[in-house]
Amino acid sequence: MILVNKDPLTFLYLYGYRIGNEYFVTMWSRLKKFFIETGDLSFFAARYFKEALKPPFEFRELLRQCYQMGNRSLFLVGITGFIIGLVLTLQSRPTLIQFGAVSWMPNMVGISIVREVGPVITALICAGRIASGIGAELGSMRVTEQIDAMEVSGTNPFKYLVVTRILATTLMLPILVVFGDLLALYGSALVENIKGGVSFQLYFNTVFNALNFSDLVPATIKSFFFGFIIGLVGCYKGYYCKKGTAGVGVAANTAVVMASLLLFLVDFIAVFIADIFYEL
Amino acid sequence: MENKDQIKYKAEKPDLGTVIEIRDLRKRFGDNHVLNGFNLTLKKGSNLVIMGKSGSGKSVMIKCIVGLVAPDSGTVKILGKEINNLDREAMDELRLDIGFLFQGSALYDSMTVRENLEFPMRRHKKKLGINKNTEPLVLEALENVGLAHAIDLMPSELSGGMKRRVALARSLILKPKVILYDEPTSGLDPITSKEIIELMHRIQKIYGTASLIITHDVDCARVISDRIILLVDGINYAEGTYAELSKSTDPKVAAFFKK
Repeated sequence: MILVNKDPLTFLYLYGYRIGNEYFVTMWSRLKKFFIETGDLSFFAARYFKEALKPPFEFRELLRQCYQMGNRSLFLVGITGFIIGLVLTLQSRPTLIQFGAVSWMPNMVGISIVREVGPVITALICAGRIASGIGAELGSMRVTEQIDAMEVSGTNPFKYLVVTRILATTLMLPILVVFGDLLALYGSALVENIKGGVSFQLYFNTVFNALNFSDLVPATIKSFFFGFIIGLVGCYKGYYCKKGTAGVGVAANTAVVMASLLLFLVDFIAVFIADIFYEL
Repeated sequence: MENKDQIKYKAEKPDLGTVIEIRDLRKRFGDNHVLNGFNLTLKKGSNLVIMGKSGSGKSVMIKCIVGLVAPDSGTVKILGKEINNLDREAMDELRLDIGFLFQGSALYDSMTVRENLEFPMRRHKKKLGINKNTEPLVLEALENVGLAHAIDLMPSELSGGMKRRVALARSLILKPKVILYDEPTSGLDPITSKEIIELMHRIQKIYGTASLIITHDVDCARVISDRIILLVDGINYAEGTYAELSKSTDPKVAAFFKK
């Protein structure tokens, strides 16, 4: 389209049309890619459920993955939870003192950590550590034909590699969340003990009195879904990794981004549903 | 579909029973037509070499044989079974009779050499009549490739040639009836390549397997082949023994075999 030698209005119209058209084409191709990716991920999830329920079961590999993902994430989740507890208490303290409500600190911190902060922070850390790890591991196995070698040897690689990993993250994440929550509460109690002279026993008594069954159940159910999402996205990105070493990097990177986004989406849905039950 | 350019020589080997039979195999990826009616017959105990330039469809063809790539049309029969009609379980059972040596060895890098060799046996112990102790089988396979001492090493601790030999031992562990080699000497120095070729020769004598070898290493083809198929533009361009093809005056064949 020639844009020179036109009067200003025609120029603006044609230029605007071209920009608009390009924008529309780009948006359309992105939207199409998004729908294709969503469809592929849904099929991948459906295949997981189908394969997970069908024998033979890979118990040994499942235990190995639980150890790899659970035990090896304990330190990171623990230290992060502890610091979150410290920071949350230190940041909230001046405001609560201003309103004369510092005695509500254990209730506020306890409920916010158990209901929301603990599961989300732990899940995000695991998305960074586990989803990228799975993406890179399966990606490099795909690139170096190790997955093909499994298939050729008469082993179902989806069952051996994917089902075990998704199941391991689904089972391990709630445990990691509980561990992270406890250390976050300990961090909070430490600040209260040092700054406010509150004993650990009093702090934890107040926290556990403030917490209800209805706080724990949605958070635990949510954690299972978070674990599932982390495993699913990591495996999906790694299993369908494009050829070449660059493909492995992309798989690891996009696994973290996609898992983190989906975690927030699942969190919103979980909070929304839990809210309906609170109102009943 | 018969191509006018196809050059065929009389097969010298007597009919010993067909292990692999491919008829009119076609595969394309988008607009890229990789295989355009490829045919192949591999007889029991014989060595068939497929040669061709990079990107001529050799690896796609070998992956069609083991079901890693689904062909668009055509038939692939292995040991009398047409693989297009097999479900996953039947295909897995058939794969017990097929050994596959990957171009990059494809050893599981999170497992030791022992675990790599045990891996193909874990799901098929009952069918193969193997008791719990797989050590003798692992050792036997490793001794045949001269690497019994490397049993507890990790793949990262092995050289390129050793990795290839361990991969060969892994593909032999189930005592397959046919072994498919995807560029067995690529990326190796000439001395190690020679060792691998000799090993393939020896293995064939011990196990009596039929071999389908994909390579563009002319020396490898000369030493090991009973018959050679030259794959050009997805079809069997020329077919014959090494002696026949190396004397060919056809420019495409001669370009491949000239020293």
